[in-house]
Amino acid sequence: MTSTLDAAPAHSRPRTALDSELDALESESIHILREVAGEFDRPVILFSGGKDSILVLHLARKAFFPAALPFALLHVDTGHNFDEVISYRDRVVVAGNLRLHVAHVQDWLDDGRLTERPDGTRNPLQTVPLLDSINELGFDAVIGGARRDEERSRAKERIFSLRDAFGGWDPRRQRPELWDLYNGRHAPGEHVRVFPLSNWTELDVWRYIEREQIDLPEIYFAHEREVFARSGMWLTAGAWGGPRDTETVVRRQVRYRTVGDMSCTGAVDSTAGDVREVITEIMATRITERGATRADDQLGEAAMEDRKREGYF
Amino acid sequence: MSLLPDTDTDTDTDTDTTAHTDTGTPIVHGLLRFATAGSVDDGKSTLVGRLLFDSKSVLSDTLAAAERTSTARGSATVDLSLLVDGLRAEREQGITIDVAYRYFATDKRTFILADTPWHVQYTRNTITGASTADLVIILVDARTGVVAQTRRHATVAALLGVPEILLAVNKIDLVEYDQKVFDTITADFHAFTAGLGIPAVVAIPISALNGDNVVTRSGRIGWYDGPSVLEHLETVEVLDSRSSAPLRFPVQYVIRPGSDYAADPDYRGYAGRVAAGTVRSGDEIVVLPDGHRTTVTGVETADGPRERAAAGDSVTLLLADDIDIARGDLIAGVVDAPTPVNEFVATLTAVNDKALTPGMRALLKYGTTTTRVIVGAIEHLLDIDTLTELDGAASLQLNDIGLVRLRTADPLPVDPYQPRGAVGALLIIDPADGITLAVGMVGDRRAAITAASDVRCQAVATENDALTPGP
Ligand SMILES: Nc1nc2c(ncn2[C@@H]2O[C@H](COP(=O)(O)OP(=O)(O)O)[C@@H](O)[C@H]2O)c(=O)[nH]1
Repeated sequence: MTSTLDAAPAHSRPRTALDSELDALESESIHILREVAGEFDRPVILFSGGKDSILVLHLARKAFFPAALPFALLHVDTGHNFDEVISYRDRVVVAGNLRLHVAHVQDWLDDGRLTERPDGTRNPLQTVPLLDSINELGFDAVIGGARRDEERSRAKERIFSLRDAFGGWDPRRQRPELWDLYNGRHAPGEHVRVFPLSNWTELDVWRYIEREQIDLPEIYFAHEREVFARSGMWLTAGAWGGPRDTETVVRRQVRYRTVGDMSCTGAVDSTAGDVREVITEIMATRITERGATRADDQLGEAAMEDRKREGYF
Repeated sequence: MSLLPDTDTDTDTDTDTTAHTDTGTPIVHGLLRFATAGSVDDGKSTLVGRLLFDSKSVLSDTLAAAERTSTARGSATVDLSLLVDGLRAEREQGITIDVAYRYFATDKRTFILADTPWHVQYTRNTITGASTADLVIILVDARTGVVAQTRRHATVAALLGVPEILLAVNKIDLVEYDQKVFDTITADFHAFTAGLGIPAVVAIPISALNGDNVVTRSGRIGWYDGPSVLEHLETVEVLDSRSSAPLRFPVQYVIRPGSDYAADPDYRGYAGRVAAGTVRSGDEIVVLPDGHRTTVTGVETADGPRERAAAGDSVTLLLADDIDIARGDLIAGVVDAPTPVNEFVATLTAVNDKALTPGMRALLKYGTTTTRVIVGAIEHLLDIDTLTELDGAASLQLNDIGLVRLRTADPLPVDPYQPRGAVGALLIIDPADGITLAVGMVGDRRAAITAASDVRCQAVATENDALTPGP
């Protein structure tokens, strides 16, 4: 087990205002996930082994307890993932008896549907395998762990976000979302992205992880690692293509705030060895998660918006 | 997100023993949802930017981006309004046209801000932002005072049942911090809102630009001794009447694990979120629209059984009898259970270019039910500047608000609308392309709020009269 679903965590100690806030977020997310199960034929959770998708999975299992999860999982694997994350993913799938589909970006590169970028970054290459998989496997609801506090253009994202047959996101076609009534209707070929964590902040996520004693991949916590500096962040040396001749590898104590493609996911200097220490560190930090660790978001202020239009997460 | 150097909020926060009170009296949640309203250039973005900035909720990379843009535009100081803009098209036009949600926290409270445009052509966005708000901040420019837009904003907030309004009299620096100006504006505003049945209105003189009374109290406004905007937001007690209402539990999903659950392969639970009221084991309930009665035998969660659940809680109910219940059914308390009807009136707003016309066939989503609906007569439109009824409308156009008769294929156990859409909220959906055509509140909301201003707190009885039972 990777989570403590059966252990009735934390509910024996006195309830605090923080608990009531986390309870409210949990209830809202569970309500959204149950709406998905009630309104769609083939929902899938995007599961990367990152903490937000781990949280979505945890909430989904709580939502349908004691029944089996009514959702499949889908992972778009760039081939540049951290070993710790892939083995975590596989452990969760086996332990939870879950159905996982993996789309390997490498397959798209091998048969020429995609070509490698000059900078070696594969994050932008995930879009096509994602959309191909959604179409081939016929998913009509695609559940993601994105939060509105992550990035400015996400602040206006709906909880049910309509995507056209090309996965594209048109701000003008998004439906007003009032109260807790979600409209999941869509035409054949279209699908709906669902974001049950929309109203969570990074701090909420960590506090809930602490309360529920949810296991995470080790790289979220401080450890020694060979890294080199690029674009103002620490990247891990590895087969994906770093470092270049001009870049020097050093050993540092770091942790990751997000996990993704190794070529553009940076580590931060940290001594936070457990969830409590991570929370303390976040509360003292002055940089948003994406700003700190995603090189591809620094391309431009509108970078994320452009990618959303193309059908990226 | 809170970035205050408070390392231990987990344990030192006040114990919120009142969070789930039965009585429906004021409670302080850890969370406050609010929206901001104002005409263009009243200073809404500056105010929100300053709230985020002065409460240290702006992260350094976000601030750096705003600094870069300010410098590129040749400005010497950081334009705080840049902290709160959104999509590119809007940035280029320099106006906010969609709802953006922002998250910040102080050591006292967590906030979700729905940042919305309030021009009349964006009424749908306004209504979206106000639909879940505990409080709306309405800005006025101290130089112009209460204008038609101000009245419109207050009216929309009242129609949606927002319990609290904060009137921020901004740009007080431009009227020499004059108390008389402030007093005249607040008197005007109160004279208007008295007719709207809004439970609470607080007015604060501010300068968003200079930061007077936004986060810290200003020394420049000696005649004012009330709280700053942030202090008010941190301490306001929001009236939450949901839990004292009769039980409403729309069934979302039937959980039947079968052989996956060796402990009880016959387990059958009804999953949903308590919309109103409370539920506990032993309660008598009725399942609507069929009307079967039975008893609750368990209130379950993945963390184990609960003694009770209150409005807002997602739980799974176990029932004594094996009756046929599906998604879309409503579990209600036996006292004051709603009568299923096929015809009723609702206060609708059209939210799409495609207008609503009498005779139109559509889908209606209410709670977890979706049924076919025929749009009936448009009884009247509302002029939201004056709250008067305009008769003779042939259709409900984008951003119109009006009272419309609806006829449904299946009987619906509707309740009169309650604040934040706890009950009585609905969507009208185009069956052809799935677009949301209109959003609505069951009953005549205009009659409800004007009645509430005469006889406060008896709005429910009055709203009931607006419901027409089906044939
Ligand atoms: N003097 C003064 N100017 C203000 C104040 N608040 C905002 N402004 C200015 O009013 C203009 C419009 O403000 P903005 O926040 O963009 O308004 P919005 O359209 O309501 O978002 C800007 O030039 C602001 O600098 C204030 O309190 N005093």
